[in-house]
Amino acid sequence: MDYKQSELLRFTTAGSVDDGKSTLIGRLLYDSKAIFEDQLEAVRVTSERRGETEVNLALLTDGLKAEREQGITIDVAYRYFATPRRKFIIADTPGHIQYTRNMVTGASTANVALVLVDARKGIVEQTRRHAFIASLLQIPHLVVCINKMDLVDYQESVYEEIKQEFEKFTYKLDVKDVHFIPISALRGDNIVDKSTQMPWYGGSTLLYYLENVHIGSDQNFIDARFPVQYVIRPNTDEFHDFRGYAGRVAGGVLKKGDTVTLLPSGFTTRIAGIHTFDGELAEAYPPLSVTLTLEDEFDLSRGDMIVREHNQPTVSQDIEVMVCWFSERPLQAQQKYTLFHTSSEARCVIKEVRYKLDINTLHRNQEDTVIQMNDIARLLIRTTKPLFFDSYRRNRNTGSIILVDEATNVTVGAGMII
Amino acid sequence: MEYFNYNLNHLRELEAESIFVIREVAAQFQNPVLLFSGGKDSILVTHLAMKAFYPARIPFPLLHIDTGHNFPETLEYRDRLMERIGARLIVGSVQEAIDKGLVVEEKGFNASRNFLQTAVLLESIEQGKFDAALGGARRDEEKARAKERFFSHRDEFGQWDPKNQRPELWNLFNGKKSIGEHFRVFPISNWTELDVWQYLAMEGVDLPSLYFAHEREVFERDGMLLAVTDVIQRKPNEVTERRIVRFRTIGDMTCTGAVASTASTLDEIIEEVAASRITERGGRADDRRSETAMEDRKKQGYF
Repeated sequence: MDYKQSELLRFTTAGSVDDGKSTLIGRLLYDSKAIFEDQLEAVRVTSERRGETEVNLALLTDGLKAEREQGITIDVAYRYFATPRRKFIIADTPGHIQYTRNMVTGASTANVALVLVDARKGIVEQTRRHAFIASLLQIPHLVVCINKMDLVDYQESVYEEIKQEFEKFTYKLDVKDVHFIPISALRGDNIVDKSTQMPWYGGSTLLYYLENVHIGSDQNFIDARFPVQYVIRPNTDEFHDFRGYAGRVAGGVLKKGDTVTLLPSGFTTRIAGIHTFDGELAEAYPPLSVTLTLEDEFDLSRGDMIVREHNQPTVSQDIEVMVCWFSERPLQAQQKYTLFHTSSEARCVIKEVRYKLDINTLHRNQEDTVIQMNDIARLLIRTTKPLFFDSYRRNRNTGSIILVDEATNVTVGAGMII
Repeated sequence: MEYFNYNLNHLRELEAESIFVIREVAAQFQNPVLLFSGGKDSILVTHLAMKAFYPARIPFPLLHIDTGHNFPETLEYRDRLMERIGARLIVGSVQEAIDKGLVVEEKGFNASRNFLQTAVLLESIEQGKFDAALGGARRDEEKARAKERFFSHRDEFGQWDPKNQRPELWNLFNGKKSIGEHFRVFPISNWTELDVWQYLAMEGVDLPSLYFAHEREVFERDGMLLAVTDVIQRKPNEVTERRIVRFRTIGDMTCTGAVASTASTLDEIIEEVAASRITERGGRADDRRSETAMEDRKKQGYF
């Protein structure tokens, strides 16, 4: 297949070394020839120095010195491999509860979440946590890989039991598309090649699934949203009066000639042109980065939004969000932060902590409103200026925010607008 | 027409992401600069920056740290490119820094100015009061880079603290900083070597001749083919020969190895890269010094 037809798929994996996550990634990379001889050689030398008898493929995915010394993963690592059909970006995250923030980060851009289950242990707390985060972050597709099938004699009953238990638990979650695949990452069963050990399984292998899952509808192509990112004014003889609004389409389809409303002013005009270096386009859609010109002269700036006349986002200074807290300094009501939303930036105050969510039991705790690192909570936030937003569930681009500490400039929280 | 199908191919999707990041830099920072090395990755970033601001010019200068050990082809290409895109070029000179006694040159057979670049780079950033430096690093290059952010925060000493990086979610990039701090920004973080070549071919981007097969006087050292030049001291047993070679990466003449190759077009290079079993940095002596060579250099402020 021609590489010009190849699509991009982003997926996230969460789990610990025990789940066989590193082995699974190692196998995907190895079998798709994304691992090079000099990388393998470096890992072989390290394994030998550490006194290990076999080449430890997990070392391929341990990036930082600190992590290798401690034998753990502390951060999101990005890995790449490609088949003729698709290019894959893996956001590889640690699975322990103290790394919830890393899982959330990895999940924020993913099309697919891989949840690993050890066939011997079945559904454990960590499995529930991963599935919950996938649903909270609205990852469109979820694949439950029931791993280590070789250690349970490839029994169908083990697979079925886990599948049923998982389904029972997910009816409370907001996941639309769940797939189950029995695998052995170590032996390579149902990863790239179909297993000969599990004739009872009629589904696809993991790689086949990743290559074929329908991702064309993962973006919102309905509600036209164009946050102005940067204003382009060449001031040259050739483009003397050119005033273009550069940005990335955050939703919907914008066409030349469309009647649009400008926010916050509320003025209405039409799209005069959709410009790129390669020429004008008839239409623009997510995730394209383009430059729009308008028929009438307005003075738009970064943070403004161009939308369709009859399909507008909510405009408000009050937002309800589910937030994941990243900072060691706890969040409390009445604190102030800088809020980033699309290309807009505002100051905000936490008006109220509605409840804290126990991500293992989904219990809503309304008494304990001090939000610590890795906690998930529902908040009411008021901003200094109106935001133009959709619910996160409707559009990830216009429904997501981050909170930044005004003293340290560090990103301390990530939120999904309800 | 690929644009009329709402599914972008992976190269157009990577392009859209990189253009977004480059525009974000122009919007969030006062005084950005683009680090230009003459290698294909910085050529790609320059090409994407040109696309990002069209029909305006790139609204910030390019900075080249000239070690004095560049291939002449690199410098010739650089000047031609600047002329074509009308960009402002700033050159930070390692030779000048040596002459002024700011840095001390390494001696011996493996002497390289690669390590001196870091000091000159940091000095150039300080002098120019740049608050964001765009670079062409990719996460697939090296494992210390697999965890690098698009917006990578550097403290007032230009250092990278791997344990204290800001989480990056969705398309929301936090470029807030205190006075004296700056950011390194890597718009092509998600590209692989193969993506870069495929895209350069698809776009028909002009590249330095070094990347294509040519005849050159070389000698072998540690399994690498090094170019014969007056800046590398040869050992008595190192014999030179003329071979058909090309470069997979372009750095200094002292530390960039050539590979035996007859690939003379982009399509042939893509074929060769797709079939290769050695990473491109396998030909870089600077990464071979130790297993954590890259991580250590990054902490000190390397690209």
